[in-house]
Amino acid sequence: MNLFASQIVDGLADGAIYASLALALVFSYRSTGIVNFAQGEMAMLSAYLVWQLMAWGMPLVPAALVSIVISFIAGALLYATIVKPLSHASLLTVVSVLIGLYLALNSLAGFLWTYTIKALPSLFPKAHLQIGSFAVSAETAGIIAVVGVVLLLLYLLFETTKVGLAMRGAASTPDSAILVGVSVPVMLLIGWGIAAALGALSGILVAPRVFLNPTMMFGVIIYAFAAATLGGFDSVIGAVVGGLLVGVVENLVGTYIPWIGPDLKIIVALILIFGTLLIKPDGLFGRRKVVRL
Amino acid sequence: MSVVVKPKLPLAVRVAAAAMLAVVFLYVIPFVIPSYLVSQFATVLAFAIAIAGINLVTGFGGAITLGHAAFVALGAYTTAILVVRYGWNPYATIPVSAALSWVAGWCLGFPALRLQGLYLALGTLVLSITVPPVLKRFDGFTGGVQGLNVGNPEAPAFLPLDDSQWIYFICLVIAALLYVVARRILSGPLRRALVGARDNQLVAAVMGVDRAKLTTATFAMSSLYAGVAGSLYAMIVGFVSPDTFNVMMSLSLFVGAVVGGITSLNGAIIGAMFIQFVPIWASDIDVSLGGLVFGGALIVTLVVIPVGIGGLGERVFIWLCTRLGWVEGARATRAGSEAMGSAQNEPA
Repeated sequence: MNLFASQIVDGLADGAIYASLALALVFSYRSTGIVNFAQGEMAMLSAYLVWQLMAWGMPLVPAALVSIVISFIAGALLYATIVKPLSHASLLTVVSVLIGLYLALNSLAGFLWTYTIKALPSLFPKAHLQIGSFAVSAETAGIIAVVGVVLLLLYLLFETTKVGLAMRGAASTPDSAILVGVSVPVMLLIGWGIAAALGALSGILVAPRVFLNPTMMFGVIIYAFAAATLGGFDSVIGAVVGGLLVGVVENLVGTYIPWIGPDLKIIVALILIFGTLLIKPDGLFGRRKVVRL
Repeated sequence: MSVVVKPKLPLAVRVAAAAMLAVVFLYVIPFVIPSYLVSQFATVLAFAIAIAGINLVTGFGGAITLGHAAFVALGAYTTAILVVRYGWNPYATIPVSAALSWVAGWCLGFPALRLQGLYLALGTLVLSITVPPVLKRFDGFTGGVQGLNVGNPEAPAFLPLDDSQWIYFICLVIAALLYVVARRILSGPLRRALVGARDNQLVAAVMGVDRAKLTTATFAMSSLYAGVAGSLYAMIVGFVSPDTFNVMMSLSLFVGAVVGGITSLNGAIIGAMFIQFVPIWASDIDVSLGGLVFGGALIVTLVVIPVGIGGLGERVFIWLCTRLGWVEGARATRAGSEAMGSAQNEPA
């Protein structure tokens, strides 16, 4: 029973990381209708940036914050320089450019920091929290707490501030938003910035668990894709619920189904993605797409 | 307004072009260049076959696939397992690979119908990421991380060829055959149906194009190409291992298809040369340069020449033919343009 409970909690921690990266995907998708294939590589660069700042003598927490801010700016720049000019391009062009970006960023990390793995310290102490007879590592609890707080902040931003309202308007009905004086491009810029910052968060949280290396986000982005698909690519709630679900399911399957085991649990992501797309293509929380003929 | 121009070369030019191609492919590549390059050119031909498959499904079918290495892996492992575990003759495994990948492509074509655009790209990408772990998991059959030793097929004793020349000629024959088949598929009514369904589904449906059948069939055909490429790859390298068929191979093939020209079958060979030789040259300079060049080439190609190198070549060729008057029904076209000119001169 204890194993089961701890698998659930570990799953939630993994799920929180997937959720933050899935949210990043959702933010860029909602604002521009593009699945950013390079999101994972951007997150990987953000994690490397933390390492670099620490190598230059900055303490961990400020370094992480600086990296998140720089990632926000980089995400906004990416939108302005590459994504916005593509807004009328064909799907093939968009996908190709993002795949090109993915390949280039991956190699850039290898070029700047080599392919040997590096250790990034965890944000949390190596302690255990004792709740009754049940022990949770501080890292697991910390990840869930940090992502929870960030989600709360995002919720407040979108539901209570004017900027949040404008962003929601720009994403849902750009034409009407322009008419009431919202600068849609600026809102989309902020959307891509937030996406990159969320991605950076996921990268910084996952790096201590898998070590820093240029391919570190492979195992994360695939679950984030699954989470965003399961929840619905245009649903913020869906990304969070999807992320947590994927995290828990992936952990339970890896532990309790010996036929699959830890090596093959990546197949969970494949099954979830194809299953969702075949049975309910809009995901659990996504809005049905209606096409006018 | 675009006018379909059908080039019609004078016989002498055609003979000269054919002779030049024959000299390059039948003499220069197999007999003049160093031996280690010959087997690399065999790999180029195998990649070109897989890229031609992507041309079919992505360029003409309009379905973006980022996971073609999955089908290459299917073909390669079919050959490897039949040869190593069941003692088959390697050449006899090629039709089996082709059939198996055709069936697999048909099965994937069904969800592909429902997965429009981005979702299909995403799904195939994830499929490709899943392939190496699955191959490693069933190690009793696939040899796991160690892979399987297929061995290179030997040249028959009565031919004065070494092993790499022999496999090069096998690849050349199969590539030529599949090129002709693709040319046949992509000419006439089937091409119009494909392009119609790609560019305007509604209009195509009204004209009686069954998009469901067409997409599934295109997918099946394109994975057949990838599967045959995989079989040949296994024979060229003589060895298969799971991590060869990773997501990088899928993306490389995609890069090759775009750089060569996504709707250009002739460009497939250029794309294949690009993904075979560029990483080798680049890694001499820096390990990470290959990926940078790939990513950069993808973006630059789309910005500068969206039709790819092969597509650009074909356009230049058609332009030249028009200038030289080597066009089918040249007189009719001129008459047509005169008629159009006079129509424009009329006062509105």
